[in-house]
Amino acid sequence: MQTSTSWRSFRMAAWLGWLIESNWTDPFLFAVYSIVKPISGAAILVIMYGIISQGNYESALFPYIYLGNAFYIYVGAVMTGVSWAVVDDREHYRTLKYMYIAPIHIPIYLLGRGVARFITGSIAVLITLLAGILFLNVRINFAEVDWLLFFTTLIVGVVMLAMLGLLLAGVTLTLARHEGFIGEATAGALYIFSGAVFPLDILPEWMRPIGYFMPTTYWLELLRRSLVGNVAQAFPTLANFSNLQILGMLVGLSIFFGAVSIFIFRWCDFIAREKGLIDRTTNY
Amino acid sequence: MSSLLAIETKDLGRIYKLRGNKKEPRKELVALQDVNLTVERGELFGLLGPNGAGKTTLIKVLTTLLSPTSGWARVAGADVSTDPDAVRPKINMVSGGESSGYGLLTVRENLWMFSQFYGVPSKEANERIVALLEMVGLKDRMNTKSAELSTGLRQKMNIVRGFLTDPEVLFLDEPTLGLDVGAMRDVRRFILDWLKADQERTLLLTTHYMAEAEELCDRVAIINKGKVLACDKPSVLKQRLQKDALFEIEVSPLNGLTQQMLLDQPEVTKAAVQEIETGAKLSLSLVEESALARVINLFTQKDVKVMSLSKREPTLEDVFVDLVGRSMAEEESNERSE
Ligand SMILES: Nc1ncnc2c1ncn2[C@@H]1O[C@H](COP(=O)(O)OP(=O)(O)OP(=O)(O)O)[C@@H](O)[C@H]1O
Ligand SMILES: [Mg+2]
Repeated sequence: MQTSTSWRSFRMAAWLGWLIESNWTDPFLFAVYSIVKPISGAAILVIMYGIISQGNYESALFPYIYLGNAFYIYVGAVMTGVSWAVVDDREHYRTLKYMYIAPIHIPIYLLGRGVARFITGSIAVLITLLAGILFLNVRINFAEVDWLLFFTTLIVGVVMLAMLGLLLAGVTLTLARHEGFIGEATAGALYIFSGAVFPLDILPEWMRPIGYFMPTTYWLELLRRSLVGNVAQAFPTLANFSNLQILGMLVGLSIFFGAVSIFIFRWCDFIAREKGLIDRTTNY
Repeated sequence: MSSLLAIETKDLGRIYKLRGNKKEPRKELVALQDVNLTVERGELFGLLGPNGAGKTTLIKVLTTLLSPTSGWARVAGADVSTDPDAVRPKINMVSGGESSGYGLLTVRENLWMFSQFYGVPSKEANERIVALLEMVGLKDRMNTKSAELSTGLRQKMNIVRGFLTDPEVLFLDEPTLGLDVGAMRDVRRFILDWLKADQERTLLLTTHYMAEAEELCDRVAIINKGKVLACDKPSVLKQRLQKDALFEIEVSPLNGLTQQMLLDQPEVTKAAVQEIETGAKLSLSLVEESALARVINLFTQKDVKVMSLSKREPTLEDVFVDLVGRSMAEEESNERSE
């Protein structure tokens, strides 16, 4: 009974989320959003790198930066996918209260709603990688890729990001106004603390612990190592740790943040019912 | 342990804390106070009250959307705040006067999705959807995107969503608000048919249309400013006024006749004067029918001519006036000016 409730919450939410997400009345907008935007972002990075390194695209550092940036797309996409559903259902479709009184698990429903953004996010990541390989001098030797490590890391990371999205969904629930971009905003704020395009060692000393505490740091490092191997000279942050140790830290922090997310979501849910916020709509 | 009661509340209260600003400090708003209600299985129970009475607040508490600040409530045998997961599979709710739903899904897809959240087998859900849409006259729009429906039709879709999951207890918050007369009639008939089909089904609806409450409900609770003032069958509620004789009199011209002059007559218990183009409409409540002679006498003295006169049965509106001291419309305009 429990699993079937969870499963149907998740399955129907994913179905709904996909219909909403893929409902691009304007295919042009879709192209801009999921292709042009990530590629132009990556292109800017490549140009900046080119200027700073005086065109040294052969350095192992380059794919490291490029991959970090590409996979970071997932962070905003997945976190927003989950947390945005609260705003969408409450403000836009006015259905959140009907979801709430239905016999479903709301957290699982919200996670399901995030699936669509995970899929469009994956397309964006893939296109960015492809563009990098084809046009922007990114070299990946596919024979040397550690696929097991890559997919394990990817899955753990996406689950971790979805749980962080749930945390943000809880916070959104208690905010009366339509703080819809909390997902993207958080992703933006964490960008510099995740070692995405530069090592944490560049940050002032007092800021570094934030980076060490973020699971995204370990996640990006492992994804890059699985694809191109370790680049210790340029990204020395985690050089002394083996893949397995980093995976351990990623899993540990993911479990920690997952538990915190569930706790915070429940608490916010409680507050929302105390204050009557579940069907609160702001007038645009 | 299936209890006979569909809904039970004990000293239920809800206070909203209003956020203060620089000029005003935090205030508390009592939306519900000491509500004690019991609704039996199979009943069609009505909550009748003006704007701001607390009807929606009560529904939100009973549907697990809002925590009470005092007392408790049980729906379908389970406590709404401590055991909401036991309540939810057995209830559903529809609020009128708003258009909710996923506009990019068709009517059928919207409804099907909700049926799936309740675990209704897909085939059965589709059959129910067709049958219910047929009943509200929306079947031919089944494959229309719900964004393309008029507000009234979308509300009908929403009403179907409530019935679709065959809840034990269904809450309808002003289901006919904003519908035209024909649609209103459809919905009311639909509600009655649905209840008739199964003796165990319970329905609680809120309204501020007196006639709707009178026509539909087995029992009505009259609620004002968060308090339940009376709760009984409409006929019983009206009986308490039956001893009075109610008259509607149209006169012309008014010739300085005032409400006070009418009230000064010993057997007149209530009088209302509403001026119209040709003179005035008077509503009088008399202790005895024979007192009418005295009133007519007063008219003669004042040279006021009676254009029409009719005796009328008391309505729930009169019950409300009797309980609150003013009409529901007056209560609402008063609420706004406060
Ligand atoms: N979320 C809220 N925060 C603060 N006050 C609220 C909130 N919701 C309702 N109220 C107040 O509580 C009182 C009862 O409101 P409620 O919506 O329950 O009335 P109602 O009987 O449904 O009225 P209506 O006929 O207008 O729908 C009103 O004074 C309203 O302003
Ligand atoms: Mg209301």
